[in-house]
Amino acid sequence: MNGKVYPIPGGLHPAEHKAESNARTILVAPLAERYIVPLRQHLGQAARVLVQAGDTVLKGQIIGTPDGHISAAVHAPTSGRVLAVEPRPVAHPSGLPDLCVVIEADGADTAVEMHPIDWRNLAPGELAKPLAAMGLAGQGGAVFPSHVKLAPGGTAIETLILNGAECEPWITCDDRLMRERATAIMQGAEIMRHTLGAKRILVGIEDNKPQAAEAMRGACAQLKLAARVTVVPTRYPSGGAKQLTQLLTGLETPSGKISTDIGIQVFNVATAYALYRAVELGEPMLSRVVSVTGHVAEPHNIEARLGTPIVDLIRLAGGDLAGVTGHIIGGPMMGFDLDDTAAPLVKSVNCVIARNPALFPRHPPAMPCTRCGQCALACPASLQPFELYWHAKAKNLDKARAYKLFDCIECGCCSHVCPSHIPLVDYYRFAKSEIVAADRAKQAAEGARQRHEFQLLRQEREKQEKAARLGKKASERLEAGAVAADDPEAARKKAILDAAIARAKQAKETVQAKNTETLTPEQQRQIDAIEARRQAASPATEHEA
Amino acid sequence: MIGSPFVLKEHNSVRFTMIKVMAALIPGTLAHAWFFGPGIWLSLIWCGLLGIGFEAMILVVRGRPLQAALTDGSVLLTAWLLALSVPTLAPWWLYMTGMFFAVVVAKHLYGGLGQNLFNPAMVGYGALIISFPVYMTQWAAPAPLANYLPNLSDAFDLMFIGGNITPDAYTSATVLDSLKTATRGGHTVMDAFSQPIHGLIAGKGMELVAMMYLFGGLFLIANRLITWHIPAAFLAAIALTAGVLWQIDPAHHADPLFHLLAGGAMLGAFFIATDPVTACTTPRGKLIFGGLAGFLTVIIRTYGGYPDGVAFSVLILNSAAPLIDAFSQPRVFGHAKGGRAGR
Amino acid sequence: MISAIIVMAAIGLVLGMVLGWAELKFKVTGNPLADKINDILPQTQCGQCGFPGCRPYAEAMAKGEADINRCPPGGEAGIQRLADLLGVEVKPFGAGVAPKPKSVAIIDENTCIGCTLCIQACPVDAIVGASKQLHVVVADLCTGCELCVTPCPVDCIHMEVVHETVNNWKWRYPVVPIHPERAAP
Repeated sequence: MNGKVYPIPGGLHPAEHKAESNARTILVAPLAERYIVPLRQHLGQAARVLVQAGDTVLKGQIIGTPDGHISAAVHAPTSGRVLAVEPRPVAHPSGLPDLCVVIEADGADTAVEMHPIDWRNLAPGELAKPLAAMGLAGQGGAVFPSHVKLAPGGTAIETLILNGAECEPWITCDDRLMRERATAIMQGAEIMRHTLGAKRILVGIEDNKPQAAEAMRGACAQLKLAARVTVVPTRYPSGGAKQLTQLLTGLETPSGKISTDIGIQVFNVATAYALYRAVELGEPMLSRVVSVTGHVAEPHNIEARLGTPIVDLIRLAGGDLAGVTGHIIGGPMMGFDLDDTAAPLVKSVNCVIARNPALFPRHPPAMPCTRCGQCALACPASLQPFELYWHAKAKNLDKARAYKLFDCIECGCCSHVCPSHIPLVDYYRFAKSEIVAADRAKQAAEGARQRHEFQLLRQEREKQEKAARLGKKASERLEAGAVAADDPEAARKKAILDAAIARAKQAKETVQAKNTETLTPEQQRQIDAIEARRQAASPATEHEA
Repeated sequence: MIGSPFVLKEHNSVRFTMIKVMAALIPGTLAHAWFFGPGIWLSLIWCGLLGIGFEAMILVVRGRPLQAALTDGSVLLTAWLLALSVPTLAPWWLYMTGMFFAVVVAKHLYGGLGQNLFNPAMVGYGALIISFPVYMTQWAAPAPLANYLPNLSDAFDLMFIGGNITPDAYTSATVLDSLKTATRGGHTVMDAFSQPIHGLIAGKGMELVAMMYLFGGLFLIANRLITWHIPAAFLAAIALTAGVLWQIDPAHHADPLFHLLAGGAMLGAFFIATDPVTACTTPRGKLIFGGLAGFLTVIIRTYGGYPDGVAFSVLILNSAAPLIDAFSQPRVFGHAKGGRAGR
Repeated sequence: MISAIIVMAAIGLVLGMVLGWAELKFKVTGNPLADKINDILPQTQCGQCGFPGCRPYAEAMAKGEADINRCPPGGEAGIQRLADLLGVEVKPFGAGVAPKPKSVAIIDENTCIGCTLCIQACPVDAIVGASKQLHVVVADLCTGCELCVTPCPVDCIHMEVVHETVNNWKWRYPVVPIHPERAAP
């Protein structure tokens, strides 16, 4: 029995290209010789590195610890020796290198001791803590740290949605995972439901994956879960979290908010699988399934350790065929061009597509926009993409923001249907990152201004205090002078003494005012100290002023 | 660097869009040729040549590359629409003036494809009807009425040489002309409708051409090249406005069905008011745009100095389109309600 | 004639009263223009403009006493925004004044003697440390004003350009020519 499917705006149906890679079972990659593990594999702060060159590590050992609230741990994928901790090419649209831990495998694959988590006896929400060390991050593409999503706070979660839509063309890793490991996925989902305190589980799967839907239904029945598998029409971008939420519940996630605000939490099926392994087997996130497809000899889904060089994955899929001109990371609608195949597999990479001009023809030259409105019809966010384009192109960033630029999910539907072949999304990405950078600069300038003004105030206050002290001293001296008429020598000594005491006092106060007494070698703590002091000082300052 | 998406929709380009719109014009043009003689083909070709010539010229003046702009098909569509709006068999220079205003003034002085504020074909038409009102009313008479239906070589003579056939021999007033003359002269609508030019509902021949435009327009909607909003609002507003006037005073006002099938109403509804560059783009804006244009069309036909009002009402609404768009932004996903873009 | 004069006078009187009332009602205190200008300035407090900080420079500009092209850290974009706000022509930087890429100060840990001179020089409290102890620049707070470089008695502070990383990388403006311009003759 299928659940109700609600309508969503926009969307399209590009050629699927799923058959290339979804017929073969998941291939488990053999141990590689060398792993390159980036410390930034998730949204938020990069992990703080815990090892250095020369260290030996074990499989599952934490080599990067979460830094801040929104961050995730990074683990050694196998046992071996750390060769280097240095910037290496990573899978990022910028093509810039990022800090990685390079590990030479010793071949033994010795693991640290792994402890399953007794989740049934944990109250809802308590699982987040032990999970923080497991390094789970959403595998759908946003790579948001999972332990944070499992302890949302605020609105009570009613519904857990499991995202198996996999709407991007070419990608089939979730399809294969659902077909082959549905029970584990649903067990993971049940742990999520328990932790979130949700009442029901909804699984959304596009209708081009009937076997996956069947397998998931079977798993639900076998585990007797309060879960319903809903087959949704194949229509990109049904796999967007907000889109799938609306498809399955009819609810629209408010702009600038996340689905938890309306009592819904969305996880990718692969994340549920990773959670199952983390909780039931105690194994941190060490591997993932990735589709390697396109113009390769044997398109495959490969389960590989994180840190495996992408070139190794391509080799496992039979290698590039003649005429490959590049590789796409992610799907063809939202992915990006990979600069260097030496870059490693990370938590966010769900697909590697070898491209050639036949599969991915060069875009024809762009023509002027004729406001034909095809983009607006295709836009799943009901935006007016041509207006956004107009303002982004003119670098009229305020206007672009006013036309709700930040509601754009960069799904690429508008660019796909544009008869003028304008790279619309590129303009939006440009405008967004300009606005974000400008906001950041503005914030930094505001902080600098406040600190400067506070410094001026402080200097003024010091000056006044000094003046007051000197005035007091002068009057004291006057009094003392009257007494000292008989004993000038004693008075002179007393004056010198007073002056020295005053100097010492003043010096002490100056130092205190400069707030340099709490010196620790740790920079972070110093910043915190400054912040705390400033907060403590500003009301006082206001009071004085 | 070009980012994702890496795949684009196939068979999708400005040129292909223009070709499909022109294909939708074929039924109407065939009907036109059937009733008013093969001269329409000659004026079509002449307008097309003029359009390409003017476009090439202005592109060179503006220092823009020729090939992309000349082959996008947009100038041919403009030429086609102008040829259908100007009386067939008008002298060659009349088309030339019209195309000059359409391509050079209305399109390229505003920045070329996608930048023009006003519909180029209608600017050309407007310039002609203001400058040469006599020529612009000399419409060829429909075949069943004409004493004489010029064949291709006659048409060539008439257009390019001047010929020795007096216009009276092959032209007649349109239904809208005769309606205007009748109501101005204090006569009733029935006087106008009893003229031989009046067919079943509107102009003899022209009413069927209009039906063919409607047919072509439905093809455009079916192919998602235009949305239903503007034509529906435009035609509904014509019917409503004409209906109200007709109810008030049936003796001096034509019925709504007449207004829908007379003059340029159908061509305007599907092919002119829907020009995406110059029309509104938001769903609500399109309804407002089409509605106001339809309303103005009937008002101009009834109270204005010109027999037909499609061109002027569309041009007036063109100038208001950006404002209407700004105030009719649709509701964006996840936002409470639409309304004005901006803070 | 008389009635016209009376009417005109009455209109004048009424408008005058409205204006007078508006003057009281919408009285603006402070100097909003200087505030707006100060908002545009990058708050490096570097003094390269010749004023002792961003605020004094903003006030001078508001009074029309200073040119808009004296703030290198604000860059060309800053000049553009100042010109827009003040309704004046964009003015290029003078000779020898040019914006530099964003830098931060770095203290050489082996050389620093802990003299606190740089701490006193820093206008935005971005250096921490105590007397006779190692000082450290908090990179996130450093505005790159270079005011700490000269006071250092042992020359242990140098400026380092902030390079593009995965974290601060920005998407580029799409380079697809919509209208390829005719090649220059």
